[in-house]
Amino acid sequence: MSDLAYNKTERHEDLPPPASEVGVFGWLRHNFFSTWYNSIGTLVVLYLFYLMVPATLDWVLFSAVWDATSNQDCRFEGAGACWGFIDARLNLFWYGFYDIENYWRPSLVGLMLLVFAVPVLFEKIPAKLVGGVTGVFGLGWAVWAFGGLGQVASLNLPVTIGLLAFIGLITAGVFLRSPRSVCAIAIVGVFPWVSVSLLYGPVNVESLQSGLGIAVYAILFLAGGGFGYWSSKRLDALGAFLGYLVAYFVAVIVFLSWGFGLTIQPTNTFGGLMLTLVLATVAIGVSLPLGIILALGRRADNMPAVQMLCIGFIELVRAVPLITILFMAQFMLPLFLPEGVNFDNVVRALVGVSLFASAYMAEVVRGGLQAIPKGQFEAAESLGLNYFLKMRLIVLPQALKIVIPGIVSTFIGLFKDTSLVSIIGLMDLLLIAKSSVTDSKWLGLEHEAYFFIALVYFVFCFGMSRYSIYLEGKLHTGHKR
Amino acid sequence: MAVEVTDAAPKASFWRDQRNRAIITQIVVVSAFLSLVWFIVDNTISNLDRLGIEPGFDFMGNIAGFMPTGPNFNITNFDVNTSTHGDVFVLGLVNTILIAACGILLSTIVGFIFGVLRLSSNMLISFVAAVYIEFTRNVPLLLQILIWYFGVFLLLPNVRNSASIGDVIFLNDRYLTFPSPIFESGFVLFPIAIILSIGGIVALAKWAKKRQDATGQQFPVFWASLGVLIVVPFLALVVTGFPVSWNIPSLQGFNFQGGAQAPAAFWALLAALTFYTGAFIAENVRAGIQAVSHGQTEAAYALGLRPGLTMRKIIIPQALRVIVPPTTSQYLNLTKNSSLAIAIGYPDLVNVFTGISLNQTGNAVEIIALTMLVYLTISLMISLFMNWYNKRIALVER
Repeated sequence: MSDLAYNKTERHEDLPPPASEVGVFGWLRHNFFSTWYNSIGTLVVLYLFYLMVPATLDWVLFSAVWDATSNQDCRFEGAGACWGFIDARLNLFWYGFYDIENYWRPSLVGLMLLVFAVPVLFEKIPAKLVGGVTGVFGLGWAVWAFGGLGQVASLNLPVTIGLLAFIGLITAGVFLRSPRSVCAIAIVGVFPWVSVSLLYGPVNVESLQSGLGIAVYAILFLAGGGFGYWSSKRLDALGAFLGYLVAYFVAVIVFLSWGFGLTIQPTNTFGGLMLTLVLATVAIGVSLPLGIILALGRRADNMPAVQMLCIGFIELVRAVPLITILFMAQFMLPLFLPEGVNFDNVVRALVGVSLFASAYMAEVVRGGLQAIPKGQFEAAESLGLNYFLKMRLIVLPQALKIVIPGIVSTFIGLFKDTSLVSIIGLMDLLLIAKSSVTDSKWLGLEHEAYFFIALVYFVFCFGMSRYSIYLEGKLHTGHKR
Repeated sequence: MAVEVTDAAPKASFWRDQRNRAIITQIVVVSAFLSLVWFIVDNTISNLDRLGIEPGFDFMGNIAGFMPTGPNFNITNFDVNTSTHGDVFVLGLVNTILIAACGILLSTIVGFIFGVLRLSSNMLISFVAAVYIEFTRNVPLLLQILIWYFGVFLLLPNVRNSASIGDVIFLNDRYLTFPSPIFESGFVLFPIAIILSIGGIVALAKWAKKRQDATGQQFPVFWASLGVLIVVPFLALVVTGFPVSWNIPSLQGFNFQGGAQAPAAFWALLAALTFYTGAFIAENVRAGIQAVSHGQTEAAYALGLRPGLTMRKIIIPQALRVIVPPTTSQYLNLTKNSSLAIAIGYPDLVNVFTGISLNQTGNAVEIIALTMLVYLTISLMISLFMNWYNKRIALVER
């Protein structure tokens, strides 16, 4: 009887997993056909792809007309996108109605921002590379500005000295201990003034007394001062302060009033991507420090009057659409000021967008402040730190770190919101696109124009959101799973 | 040697005292604020005087003399000859509320669908959802509105070649026109029947829950409710002899007569607002669902709940706590963003009142203040409602 029983004594060797679970088939089954409704979904999406992708690719690439002198060149059977139009109008899209011989000025400002911002934004870039790039940039810049564009004649002696001093400051700084700090100081203290001079031209005494000058002073002072204070912890305090002061006075005196001896380029010629970037950069620069101040005011429990004012401002601005604030800047600001004081259109929009963004920034920063445990405040106080030291050394570094994703998404929103200035008639990227297709030579090319600028906006916004993810990872010093 | 002990704490100097500092700061800030206000008010009064603009709201009674809207999209019966700037205000307000309400409803649906699709285990589907979300979130809304308007709706066939659905709904590059109901006497019974059946359904659901709690027996509430909701109003219509007729649009000459029309600008704005806000809501939904730990799903399966029921009874109620607060601010954004209607000429408040009326009357201060007040009120109302809802679904702790 017992010999009928079958008892397996040794272990059966492992069988390979079923063919449907591994390899290409397993992968396909798991990711695309795991259930009947997933299979249907896959097939539906594939069918939609089949309908849309070839047609889109054909329009965008294969049948596109890359070379055109007017819309007639794109009007034939089976013609795709008329990229020749974008190519022919590219200057308009980038610079608006800025004088062609002055294109190098905004380009230079953009390049400067890029060169000085990259080392501040990405700490992984080695210091030597930063120094090298900045040095080469300074040299190339000098060659370009002095020789390449034949602008020598228009540069007078003091301006030349100022320029050389500026380049010297930067290039000397980059080979010192901390090129990054020099870059930060350059962005904060020098860059605003230099860019105003480059973009607009010399801001002379008369126009300084006008509303434009006052506004430029106020905005740049706020932006420069706030950022300088915030970022000065990158150097030791005294060095930072002195460096900042020197840079500040060099910038203010040399660049703003002498303005490189360049011709004045009126702000109504600003346009295209350049205007969009000017609006976004200034608004970002103003909204962060102003937002921090408003958030601190809102959290100041021992000062109810200040608290009320801050809450009132923040909630009022956040409750209304940006377009009403722009209308207010457009129609009400002239009423608010004494007769004869007149703001430039671009400055008005800047004021509106910056105030709007500050209110949103204040709420983001407040979120960070609320996340800091009370013990941190108390510990700072028990160490004898006064209010400003407590905030700058203990609370804000932690609070701002927490809300970086929020800050960057506010920046992204701000960048997109700059398109609203087209409604009050500023020639930003959007209005350029909208009006360039009303040109009789290029009628009916809305798709190309909108596709192109959508791509431009997307590149900037998507880039910012990726940067925020990178920063989040870098600053995540806590326990990460 | 005895140490002298005093009860009083060492007194800080006047300038080092936190309270004194607070008082001084407040005095400085408030007086700066007041002088700014005084400066502005003073300048405004003298400027208004110089420009000859009469301050006050008297202009609201003046005849507007412009037609802010198409003939058949005139919800408030605006008349170009007799209507005042006050009527312009009302018209704009109604149109703003209309577009905001439609947009909030549709963007919630779109957002939930794409938020769930984004989490799909099907790579292709979640990829498509991700592409939609990333592209929509990173392109300005104003541009999207223009793309929908100029790139989609204006390219539809012209009026004479309108696309039609069953010869009652027509779509062309200017508007979508559809039959409008004409109510006859006795129609009142229909809405009453709907209200009654909704009341019945609520009572039924309560009873079913009570019974299930007591006996464990389930009752098919959903199908029963659906039946009640269809049958009772239909009966009301039968009893009153279908007291509703339809005004069907028909092409006469160059235009459609009869029916109701919603202009292309409305659809373009609605589409743009829906898909833009929907992408943000989809991200909120995704974050909310991901915030519910997987243990909850496993526990539900262990109790024997089916996937659909797990989603409805376990995941969604917990995810809603995370989803609702950020979605509230998306609703507020959508309402404020509806003011971009001005770019494509949809007659909302900002377009007709803050735009055209302001240009005609010059009463900038009053008009902009009133516009801001309206948005402030709408925002407050949405916040209040969503706060109430949030409180209802929030975790109840000890």
